[in-house]
Amino acid sequence: MIGRLLPVIIFLALGILLAVGLKIADHKTEIPSPLIGKQMPEFTLPVLGQPEVMVAHDELIGTPFLLNVWASWCVTCRVEHPVIEELAKSGLIRVVGLNYRDEEADAQAWLARFGNPYELNIADISGRTAIDFGVYAAPESFLVDPNGTIVFKQIGAVTPEIIKEEIVPRVMEWRRAP
Amino acid sequence: MIPELGQVALIGALLIALIMGTLPLIGASSGNQRLMKIGQTGAIAQFLLILTSFVILTWAFIVQDFSVEYVARNSNYQLPMQYRFSAVWGSHEGSLLLWELILCMWTFAVALFSKNLPDDFRARTLAVLGWVSAGFLLFVIFTSNPFGRLIPQAADGLDLNPLLQDPGLIIHPPMLYMGYVGFSVSFAFAVAALLGQQVTRDWVRWSRPWTHVAWAFLTLGIALGSWWAYYELGWGGWWFWDPVENASFMPWIVGTALIHSQAVTEKRGTFRNWTLILAITTFSLCLLGTFLVRSGVLTSVHAFASDPTRGVFILTYLAVVVGGSLLLFAIRAPAMVQGSNFAGVSRETLLLINNLLLVVMAAMVLTGTLYPLLLDALDAGKISVGPPYFGTLFALLLVPIAVLLPLGFYSRWQEDSLGRLLRELLVPGIAALIGGLATAFLLPKAGSWGIAGVAGAFWIMTSCLRYYRQRVSAGRGRRPSRGETGMILAHFGVGLFLIGASLTNAVSSEKHLRMVAGDSFELAGYNFVFEGTRGVRGPNYVADEGEFIVYKAGKRVTSLYPQKRRYANGQVMTEAALDPGLTRDLYVGLGEALNDQGTAWAVRLYHKPFIRFIWIGALLMMAGGFLAATDRRYRRSVTARSENPVADANLAEATA
Repeated sequence: MIGRLLPVIIFLALGILLAVGLKIADHKTEIPSPLIGKQMPEFTLPVLGQPEVMVAHDELIGTPFLLNVWASWCVTCRVEHPVIEELAKSGLIRVVGLNYRDEEADAQAWLARFGNPYELNIADISGRTAIDFGVYAAPESFLVDPNGTIVFKQIGAVTPEIIKEEIVPRVMEWRRAP
Repeated sequence: MIPELGQVALIGALLIALIMGTLPLIGASSGNQRLMKIGQTGAIAQFLLILTSFVILTWAFIVQDFSVEYVARNSNYQLPMQYRFSAVWGSHEGSLLLWELILCMWTFAVALFSKNLPDDFRARTLAVLGWVSAGFLLFVIFTSNPFGRLIPQAADGLDLNPLLQDPGLIIHPPMLYMGYVGFSVSFAFAVAALLGQQVTRDWVRWSRPWTHVAWAFLTLGIALGSWWAYYELGWGGWWFWDPVENASFMPWIVGTALIHSQAVTEKRGTFRNWTLILAITTFSLCLLGTFLVRSGVLTSVHAFASDPTRGVFILTYLAVVVGGSLLLFAIRAPAMVQGSNFAGVSRETLLLINNLLLVVMAAMVLTGTLYPLLLDALDAGKISVGPPYFGTLFALLLVPIAVLLPLGFYSRWQEDSLGRLLRELLVPGIAALIGGLATAFLLPKAGSWGIAGVAGAFWIMTSCLRYYRQRVSAGRGRRPSRGETGMILAHFGVGLFLIGASLTNAVSSEKHLRMVAGDSFELAGYNFVFEGTRGVRGPNYVADEGEFIVYKAGKRVTSLYPQKRRYANGQVMTEAALDPGLTRDLYVGLGEALNDQGTAWAVRLYHKPFIRFIWIGALLMMAGGFLAATDRRYRRSVTARSENPVADANLAEATA
């Protein structure tokens, strides 16, 4: 009899393993970006539309900001755009754009058509700086604290839930701190 | 309105599946013909309903109805028409619907082609398939409804994952599912036999053609997946031992064992419980594969849209289906050792060894696939088990399989002499020696695995040819049966696969380098000249396209145009270019631009000898499976007497 029950027993053991695996699957997908908790990568890039004006990473440090990676060819960026606009208008946090692997004219036309919520837009035409940030597709957004440390990264569109759950609490904490 | 009809059709199909799973069973135990007949009617109705809902979803993709969330997520206005069809199964919800559609197709086919089965057995088989379908439909309706609305409607959709925008991916999932789900039929036959305590030789004979067909489809599905990974992922490899690939490979290995074990049970009556267990295990591994892919338990490049809540559902389903059938086995499996005895040297023994080796191989893959999960569960760290583990063990297990393979079909049932077998195999032995020596001389880089692989392939293929010739002359004008021809064809395919796999791994050359327009590089006797890049625009992407002209001994061989594509949603994809050939593939992948002007590029060059043999071998295996399924003896009706009525009577007694 034991011999015949063996398949069931093996299956039970396997089932328990899979159930445990399922329980820990939640946190497994949250493999944190290696950049979280690190200083943001260094760069010196021109401002979109003003090729002679350069901006460097350390000029941005001081007040927290959200770095939003976008491109005119990116469909999801258009979906995300009203949310970014809302966030910028609320005055909660500075929003800086990183225009990713785009054509200057296309990017300008896109901003003219859909609105420009960005305090500043950095032109990363080659995509080199985006690589330093670990970006492999647009949109992605990085929340940077007053010391220039990346504290949160959003892959894909920023949603109202993300703002409420991830961005607002952190900004509030920074505001409370002296 | 129309998408809601699709959902109504799903619910209707669920109700029918529940009826199929209950009433015919009652009919089978009480001998009520009318109740038993419900199974057939239900199978037809269920199939038509699911087909309707599948057509409705496809239609939503064709007319771009972005008020359906699933459509909005997986296509957009720029998506070319042919990919709107494959986008139906491009993501989780739709691929489950495809799974269910194929299950209903198989159920329908069983209802259609089982006229010669006893009524009660047929009713039980359809009832088991009804239960499988009911559980799956619950899963679809409650966790993965493809017809959910998006309010307000999206202006444009997102995009189909660019990896899936490829002709190979239009046919790979349906073929794979045909195989996966096809094993549900062998499973249903096994469970029906246990339920009705009809574990006879007839049961195996009825179930064999279905197993062959499912196995052939699974072979094709896996081969297509491997071919797709080879040209689409851009790394020149044909198998990555990725968890999802393993998930499809495990049922294939155990399914192969099942085919061999069924042969023994049908011909000799032995190995009956073993065949039952293998039939249950094969389908269980198909379900496990679905669980692994869909639950997010394992991280994998293929695991699109994984979701733990769905995982809970599939795990429960798995527990009910697999746990239930294994318990049924424990209670109902025939107790006595049955069938005819056999000697130490006999076809039975050799097929038993075949089964043991294959099961060990499946266990090896299962262990490697789940080991990271086990360590993570014990909090012992995150690791991944890769090709070094799988590749080494797989190659080591292939050695005894290849060596013993020809003995399997040369040997006689019940008893044979080793001396006779060895005399038969003298010629294949010489062929293997010649093949090995030729490889060592012609391809000095081949190394021991390359030489062993070719020698093994010659050993197997010569045996196949000789055996077939003997059968032809023994038949005196009558051709060998399709079953036998199919078997030879499939094993010849194993030989071709061995050549491809061993030589590709042993003598491939590759080079990753930086190239500027005008640069050239010589690889394995071919001179690759980089002519530069230009921009091209596809229907829903823009790309940098490189031009490479390949020369051999000063003569132009071909031009290759690899692309680096950027899709509308921003995803970047490498589209490798290749020049296929029977004895070698040339393969170029375009990496990143290395300077701002876009003149210098990271380039990957590959020379892959004999890689086509891998897929040609797999296609022959598939063809063998299909051919064997059409053998005349499977079409015999149940009333025809079997060759050995006495033995059958004994078996029936032992089973009761």
